[in-house]
Amino acid sequence: MSTQALTYLLVGLSFALYIGIAIWSRAASTKDFYIAGGGIHPLANGMATAADWMSAASFISMAGIISFIGRDGSVYLLGWTGGYVLLALLLAPYLRKFGRFTVPDFIGERYYSQTARMVAVVCLIFVSFTYVAGQMRGVGIVFSRFLEVEVETGVIIGMAVFFMYAVLGGMKGITYTQVAQYCVLIFAYMVPAIFISLMITDNPIPQLGFGAEVNDGSQQSVLQKLDGVLTELGFDRYTEGSKSTIDVFAITAALMFGTAGLPHVLVRFFTVPKVSDARLSAGYALVFIAILYTTAPAVAAFARLNLIDTVNNTPYAEAPAWFSQWEDTGLVAWQDKNADGRMQYRAGSALSPTKPAFTGARGELGERLLSNAPTDSANEVYIDRDIIVLANPEIAGLPGWVIALVAAGGVAAALSTAAGLLLVISSAISHDLLKQTLMPQISEQQELLAARLAAAVAVCIAGLFGIYPPAFVAQVVAFAFGLAAASLFPALLLGIFSTSVNREGAIAGMLSGLTFTFAYIVYFKFAMPQLNSAEHWLWGISPEGIGALGMLLNFAIAILISRVTAPPPADVQALIETIRIPASK
Amino acid sequence: MSNPPQKKPHRDYWRANLSLLAKLLSIWFMVSFGCSILWIDWLDQFSFYGFKLGFWFAHQGAILVFVVLIFVYAWRMKALDRQFDVADSDHHPEKTS
Repeated sequence: MSTQALTYLLVGLSFALYIGIAIWSRAASTKDFYIAGGGIHPLANGMATAADWMSAASFISMAGIISFIGRDGSVYLLGWTGGYVLLALLLAPYLRKFGRFTVPDFIGERYYSQTARMVAVVCLIFVSFTYVAGQMRGVGIVFSRFLEVEVETGVIIGMAVFFMYAVLGGMKGITYTQVAQYCVLIFAYMVPAIFISLMITDNPIPQLGFGAEVNDGSQQSVLQKLDGVLTELGFDRYTEGSKSTIDVFAITAALMFGTAGLPHVLVRFFTVPKVSDARLSAGYALVFIAILYTTAPAVAAFARLNLIDTVNNTPYAEAPAWFSQWEDTGLVAWQDKNADGRMQYRAGSALSPTKPAFTGARGELGERLLSNAPTDSANEVYIDRDIIVLANPEIAGLPGWVIALVAAGGVAAALSTAAGLLLVISSAISHDLLKQTLMPQISEQQELLAARLAAAVAVCIAGLFGIYPPAFVAQVVAFAFGLAAASLFPALLLGIFSTSVNREGAIAGMLSGLTFTFAYIVYFKFAMPQLNSAEHWLWGISPEGIGALGMLLNFAIAILISRVTAPPPADVQALIETIRIPASK
Repeated sequence: MSNPPQKKPHRDYWRANLSLLAKLLSIWFMVSFGCSILWIDWLDQFSFYGFKLGFWFAHQGAILVFVVLIFVYAWRMKALDRQFDVADSDHHPEKTS
């Protein structure tokens, strides 16, 4: 069977599985729809959380980014796992004890204010929509390359599948499909990683192969060899960083605290039966996440080595098949600057502007011609980071079914995360906006209908983002974390651990954290991109890391304002006491 | 027993919880922001199974420590719940709004 047919088969089978689960686990009540009835086993919830968490960005992009930036890639590895420690120790058990449906529910009740609830809803919708746009684009990329359909068709197929299980099943359907999606995605990630580790180091465990010797007889470890090859070609060493320590510190902090403040992850801990289950469940979730997150840096290093081996100084005429296939999707490009017919891969940007602009014509060797001006760099090859994971099996010459598996895994990663995000958006609208604020008189059946409608509308909007991706989507996804860290995390943490922070403090804190972070990002990324460099940044902190500072600002303002205004009323004090003690009613 | 806020056993339970959190979070801070960021260059002079030690922490080790931390927390808290007799029941509170 051809790779193409295998891909259709595997992706089709996985879709059938998800839809089957959705029909089996339809939601009957709002409690089913919002928190899966609250009876999910902690292990299943851990797996669902892992799938919810690991998005197209984790699956497709992360290893690629690490591959190209080397040691500094640790900001993602640390940030997106370390946040779970905060989540497990500081938030999840207490939110579970609180035991309602949404994150704004907690903020609204703890800060005894509908305004606080609405501010939380705004933060939640902003964070979740920016994030979901990235997922739809991930679905589009996978479909366009592996199934060779138009990105639009791919997005519409994705939307139809979502529609089936998110709108029908709510949290209940999503939870069980996410368990299935986790299995698909982790299998799809590990199989090529094991193959490549075996190929390069003879060690089947990528985490160990990462530190082992390369099996080419050179007696160098993978990282030594990589450092050597990269310096020869003019790149920085793989094991050395180029970002400033303060910036690495700030970005890691923003991603960690942002992770702990992401509503679609927090809400997963409302679905387990007990407080002790919530603690355990966070541990299981991190185990399932860590399997991928400790493999990713190994894949990154292997892939970089492999890529240089196969591409550098290879005559284009003898280039491997994957090169021209990915060239067709525009994710790789080659400009023969020195007219020797060979592909030189060196440090520096090959093209100006950086992204390839194809003329539509083909050169003598069959390469796609570019209208970009050549740069001074000797580098002739443009490689999009996303292909490191997607093309890795092809670069390593793995069989067709592995390639098909990666396609199914990429789709699973994108679908599972998008479903979780769409659910929190729809419950924020039907529960917090309608039931709790605008139309408190509606019945449970009406609220459930509103939740399904809101989910359907959110799916359509997300689909539009996928078909017409705003140019800045990729950048914005990283900022969702900064915004979550600066707005929601402090309000949640103080709500549990402080008895004195009050309504005025929390609202002022959330608004100032959000505004400061948002303004800083917009200023450097969109308004004045020419100023976006270390010497103009506040204390050398890049827009990616500014959420850490926004968070400190939020804490400071919340505590300060609470000191000069009236303390929370007695019933809120009692609520805090209840949240802190697992047994009390 | 009546249920006034801040009963003594509850206060002691909360203190024990906070002291556990302080210990675990200091380890969390040391392996992530410490070993993987602030002291990475210094640690890199040591070699660990084919890795520079600081690089290993940043790309592998810290994640493994995070996993252990959460399980230690869940296990210790379960013991505290029992010690102070505040363990939760299997029952999910029935709330519909």
